[in-house]
Amino acid sequence: MELEKLKMGATPLKETDVKEGKVLSLAMTPDLSYAWDNGVAIGRYLEELKNGRIIARKCNKCNRIMLPPRMFCELCWRATDEWVYCKDTGTVNTFSICYVNWDASRIPPGQPPHIPAVIHVDGASHFMGILHVLGEVDPDDVKIGMKVKAVWKKPEEREGSITDIMYWKPLRPAKSKKATGRR
Amino acid sequence: MGQRVAIIGAGMTKFVRRAQETGKELAWQAAKAALDSCGLTLKDIDCVSLGTAPDAFDGVHMKGEYLSDGSGGWRKPYIRHFVGGGTGVFAPIHGWFHVASGVFDTCLVVCSEKMSSCHPHPQGAFKTIFDHTTEQPLDPTLIWIFALEYNRYMQTYGISKRDIALVSVKNKKNAMDHPAAQLPMEITVDDVLNSELLAWPVNRLDISPASDGAAAIVLAGERTARRLTDKPVWIEGVGWNLDTAYWATRDLSYPRYVEKAARMAYEMAGIKEPKKEIEIAEPYDPFTYKELHHMEGLLLADRGEAPQLLVDGVTQRDGDRPMCPSGGALGVGNPISATGLMKVIEIFLQLRGEAGKRQVPGNPTCGLAQAWGDLMQVGTVIVLKNR
Repeated sequence: MELEKLKMGATPLKETDVKEGKVLSLAMTPDLSYAWDNGVAIGRYLEELKNGRIIARKCNKCNRIMLPPRMFCELCWRATDEWVYCKDTGTVNTFSICYVNWDASRIPPGQPPHIPAVIHVDGASHFMGILHVLGEVDPDDVKIGMKVKAVWKKPEEREGSITDIMYWKPLRPAKSKKATGRR
Repeated sequence: MGQRVAIIGAGMTKFVRRAQETGKELAWQAAKAALDSCGLTLKDIDCVSLGTAPDAFDGVHMKGEYLSDGSGGWRKPYIRHFVGGGTGVFAPIHGWFHVASGVFDTCLVVCSEKMSSCHPHPQGAFKTIFDHTTEQPLDPTLIWIFALEYNRYMQTYGISKRDIALVSVKNKKNAMDHPAAQLPMEITVDDVLNSELLAWPVNRLDISPASDGAAAIVLAGERTARRLTDKPVWIEGVGWNLDTAYWATRDLSYPRYVEKAARMAYEMAGIKEPKKEIEIAEPYDPFTYKELHHMEGLLLADRGEAPQLLVDGVTQRDGDRPMCPSGGALGVGNPISATGLMKVIEIFLQLRGEAGKRQVPGNPTCGLAQAWGDLMQVGTVIVLKNR
């Protein structure tokens, strides 16, 4: 057999075929809403974020201090043992400079891009990273290996969410004067 | 093990941005073509295995049930499985279980995907891939994790964007010879680098498109396979592996889960030196750097060395180690699960000498296809041989 000889299905449509009603379609938005329980480990993690602290969980068998915290060690397959506070500083393991919003809309020219990063948090075990975003930094100045510090919301504005940390900024002030905040 | 298993037939639809057909109509077209290709009818099929990606794309709950009639599953042992982007290569592995166990003698494996239903784009569905409590409040887009991994890969080995962009040039050009291709084109490295910057280091032409499409293959046990075809292609090794879903805690420069999956498949297939024995491969390439990243995980290149093989032309169709001769996800298109099975079909055709204009020289006897998915941490690998 050869694909070239196959009668191949899938009739391509253009956007205009739909808009002009050449083919009919039905549009619907599902009506779903959820309330996710935070659970034991992440529940405490979020409570501590509200207090302006980052907390991890330690397994006394492999000695890993794990972030995000978890009530069981997935490697030793046993319950974890204790809570351990981390610092609110860390190291950029990798980053991106993103000109697209989550819904695929584009950031208008002149507006600062998103700078998502994987941050290895001081006090957690090697390679225990979290996803967050950087701010107060010129995108050109961001480097892998850069030391960063969490910038917290004011205590009265915190709500027990990962966004209680607004962003992470360079631990040492950047040389460039173009430094911008996030959005 | 009960018996050896061969692929004896294959079929697929075109890959397009938006198809008029529903997901089940696409499934039917691909499945019928696969049965026709080996002269079988649905009556000859003992069981059906369906692979399809998240229900959220279609907005249909329990897509396995929804696609079951188009896949030929009614009144038969039928089951759907799902491992994200890794689904398309897990599908033949899943079919292989059924036949290798000796419980069934034939299995129809179908992968169908309709990403266009999530209109105007599936970003809302992709967002739900991230952890709902610790990540989604940051408003991530799926491109973030790829951009972060891409950057880490470049930094660890000192690789340039220019070298990685060559993957897009190669694969989109290869796709010009694929009759199902959605994005076949002849472009330059500068075209890739000058295309819209979405999330540095990822430009638009670094990314495969959203697609609609379906693919299907027919599996048979050894005796049946030899009776039905002169050119069975044997499934000699299968492997799959899952790494931690705390993705930010992984070494992003190296896909360890792909290596573990590959080692499992190589051991089963008796492959000791993959660089020599795997003559042709279809690593999963939804993003440019992933083809290179995956070649290294598959042990087909040393760590950080895949870009040099690409620059030296080794991975071109006429090179020593052709990669994605089909045109891959970047060129043929990326209807998630159907992409992986399209890759398996390409190796099947190449090992039969039936790949037409895409045929690599040298009568290859052993090849592999690989896919990758979930939250970047599942690897699925299948090794095929023609004798």
